[in-house]
Amino acid sequence: MLSTRPRLRATLLRILQAFPVVVGVVVISFVLTRALPGDPAVYFAGASADQESIEQVRVAMGLDKPILQQFVIYIGDLLQGDLGQSLSTGRPVAVDLANRLPASLELTLTALLLAIVIAVPLGVLAATRPGSWVDHLCRVVVTAGVSLPTFFTGILLIYILYYLLGVAPSPLGRLDFIYLSPEHITGFYLIDAALVGDWETWWGAAKQLMLPAVTMALFTLAPIARMTRAAMLSALSADFIRTAKAAGLSNRKVLYSYAFRNALLPVVTTLGMVFSFALGANVLVEKVFAWPGIGSYAVEALVVSDYAAVQGFVLTMALLFVALNLCIDLLYTAIDPRIGFLSQ
Amino acid sequence: MLSVQNLAVSFQTRRGEVEAVRGVSFELEKGEILGIVGESGSGKSVTSYALMRILDAGGTIKRGSAIYSGIDLRRASESDMRDIRGREISMIFQNPRSALNPIRKVGHQIEDVLRQHASATRGDARGKAIEALEAVRIKDAVTRYDAYPFELSGGMCQRIVCAIALACNPRILIADEPTTGLDITTQKAVMDLVRDLIRARGMSSILITHDLGLAAQYCDRIVVMKDGEIVEQGDPASLFSTPQHVYSRKLVDATPRAGETIRNLLPPEDRSPMLPYAIEDRPLLKVRNLRKTYEGKSGPVEAVKGISFDIKHGQSVGLVGESGCGKSTTSEILVRLLDPTDGEVIFEGEDIGAIPAKGFARNPRRADIQMVFQDATDSLNPRHTSRQTIAEPLKRLSLLRGNKLSVRIEELAVLVGLPLPLLDRFPHQLSGGQKARVGIARAIALEPKFLILDEPTAALDVSIQAVVLNLLVDLRAKLGMTYLFVSHDLHVLRLLCDHVIVMKDGEVVEQGPSANVMTAPQDPYTQALLDAAPAPPERRQDLLLAGVS
Repeated sequence: MLSTRPRLRATLLRILQAFPVVVGVVVISFVLTRALPGDPAVYFAGASADQESIEQVRVAMGLDKPILQQFVIYIGDLLQGDLGQSLSTGRPVAVDLANRLPASLELTLTALLLAIVIAVPLGVLAATRPGSWVDHLCRVVVTAGVSLPTFFTGILLIYILYYLLGVAPSPLGRLDFIYLSPEHITGFYLIDAALVGDWETWWGAAKQLMLPAVTMALFTLAPIARMTRAAMLSALSADFIRTAKAAGLSNRKVLYSYAFRNALLPVVTTLGMVFSFALGANVLVEKVFAWPGIGSYAVEALVVSDYAAVQGFVLTMALLFVALNLCIDLLYTAIDPRIGFLSQ
Repeated sequence: MLSVQNLAVSFQTRRGEVEAVRGVSFELEKGEILGIVGESGSGKSVTSYALMRILDAGGTIKRGSAIYSGIDLRRASESDMRDIRGREISMIFQNPRSALNPIRKVGHQIEDVLRQHASATRGDARGKAIEALEAVRIKDAVTRYDAYPFELSGGMCQRIVCAIALACNPRILIADEPTTGLDITTQKAVMDLVRDLIRARGMSSILITHDLGLAAQYCDRIVVMKDGEIVEQGDPASLFSTPQHVYSRKLVDATPRAGETIRNLLPPEDRSPMLPYAIEDRPLLKVRNLRKTYEGKSGPVEAVKGISFDIKHGQSVGLVGESGCGKSTTSEILVRLLDPTDGEVIFEGEDIGAIPAKGFARNPRRADIQMVFQDATDSLNPRHTSRQTIAEPLKRLSLLRGNKLSVRIEELAVLVGLPLPLLDRFPHQLSGGQKARVGIARAIALEPKFLILDEPTAALDVSIQAVVLNLLVDLRAKLGMTYLFVSHDLHVLRLLCDHVIVMKDGEVVEQGPSANVMTAPQDPYTQALLDAAPAPPERRQDLLLAGVS
């Protein structure tokens, strides 16, 4: 009882704090896209357009109105879930994003999961046996992970596993053409295929996912392993570990219930950061593996000044980050009972 | 019970192997409380960790044996040791708050031990954990079971650590500085509790401490350690009256106690005559109705509730009280780092309390009021040499530059007894006493009229404390300064101060000449503080002389 109420308050407070951030994100994404160089009207009027037709396009796009009015219109559309029309694909931006975001998320989440499964135990083992071969392995993996760029590891993996050994499928998108894409439920092929019980498609999607996910995992596991090792080392040198040892607790108990849980906080923080930059680093991996994700979509839109698409992308990513940070902060509250107590 | 023979422990360090304990032998009888006393680096804690085989990485037992009921703790297998730890021999530690897992409910931490040693099952663990809490006299044990360490006071945390250590009824309890970081009345409560529990259960115990007075009060026998070796052992009374070894004599001398002067803390050969000083009968500082209110989580908290006192020119005033009594808040207001909510601080006729703390650094009065901080290590910039540290206030507030500045710095170093070569060292290259000297030199650099000393010797060993206290007394006489000495140690205040102010819960409960307050306290709280302070046996000069000859 002593601890639940302040924690609940802190949790609600934290959720409320997310709202002003969302408002700020909307304003900034609007302003940023207006600040992009290039005139969309000139671009979309075409190469042979004269001054008059450019003006027509400008009026049609609403770009002749004062900026404040454009903002009000934008907010009105946004509230109805309308992110505008992409000028390059000709489809509503919301539809484009809904198709492409799950592809990126599926790739990032799989990569992150893979990275956690490898990096956290590696870090823990390295911390408990400093100077041993596990510790050295950890160091090598960390150095390799941060120093090899994703496009390089991606191409290397394709070269070895697809071209030389032929065990991996061709790196062309989310599903080989011999499969039909599963019915759109969540947009995650693995989940959708599992939901309808189509295990053949599931396997096909998993095979396609493997190489890009491994490429990203190699990149993301470095900081996670490094932080786990450092956090475990500092937790293991804490006074309460000595108390636990002096009380005769088993190594397992000391390691997991005492040291690891205390080491989790910095690890979770790192996970949040890694997830953020993994979403950003996606673009290169998506290009190498022809993955129809949100990153390549944004780059293409940016090149042609397709401001509605760029705006939609910036907004989506920002909201994703806000949600992510919220999740991490709530996770803190779950791990550390001191949070609610201190944050008032 | 426990027989330690020729035990030696060494550590692998970057500079090669360092022997921390060099062949220590002692016996622990059944039902006995054995004190191991020594200053930092004496190897007293390492000895106990070696007995439990919980040495830090790189530490190994090189030689010797430690036999507990037929088992050599040095050679026992790791799984045997796990059964012994907590069930046969257990341990309590210093800094109880950090000795508990910060994110696990205290009840669960007790259950962990009970379950580990099969003293409880999943079903009855909760009940037994609550019993263990009640055994260490924790009120409302059922609610406390669900508490986290950060929700409990330091004394309460130490009781929890005791509950963990005693949950499985061990035969030996090792207490490693169990009262460091606790208030003096809490120290007494915890120590009394530990002693009562040990006696009631017929256990044996090893009390490791740097405080000779504490050891004398609670132990049946005392072992004195220095540099990894036992230099002397005996019962407390004779150790105090006739210490045989030079080192134990120095340690006994340096322990502040009733009926001694400050010079007596030093070894006999260093006792120079006291320098004369004069107290003028006019106030340097007048504090009137000083009040400080903080915005707390559940409404405002009154840290200081309208206190008044005077400090005369040349006087040395002690401000004493336990944590949370408002003594730190008061000293921070006086040194003008904190603004009072209400009241006056009149320094030489001027109300300096009205000058905002933010801008006080630019006030000419800044040079008149200086402070020596509690932790000599933390209050020095780790990237500044001693010279830079001492130069800092001179550069900001005086006009000395260049050659004159370095002359002044060297003058100050001589004054505080800091060897000149040490001026170019960084804090990590200095000992605790040397760091304290740098902090004092920095504080007196501008020749302040009023110096506030916030527990300046709290982190120092007693022999170093003796030297630093004597230095402070001499500096006051030489420079004609007025002191406000903030401390929780009544013995130290008695030696150093002419006048004592006792604070409790933000109020002054008693003030007066220190001789009166210390010998005939009027307030029950002052009495309680005096009672709680460990009273080392008085030293008989005649016996001492007999011992020497």
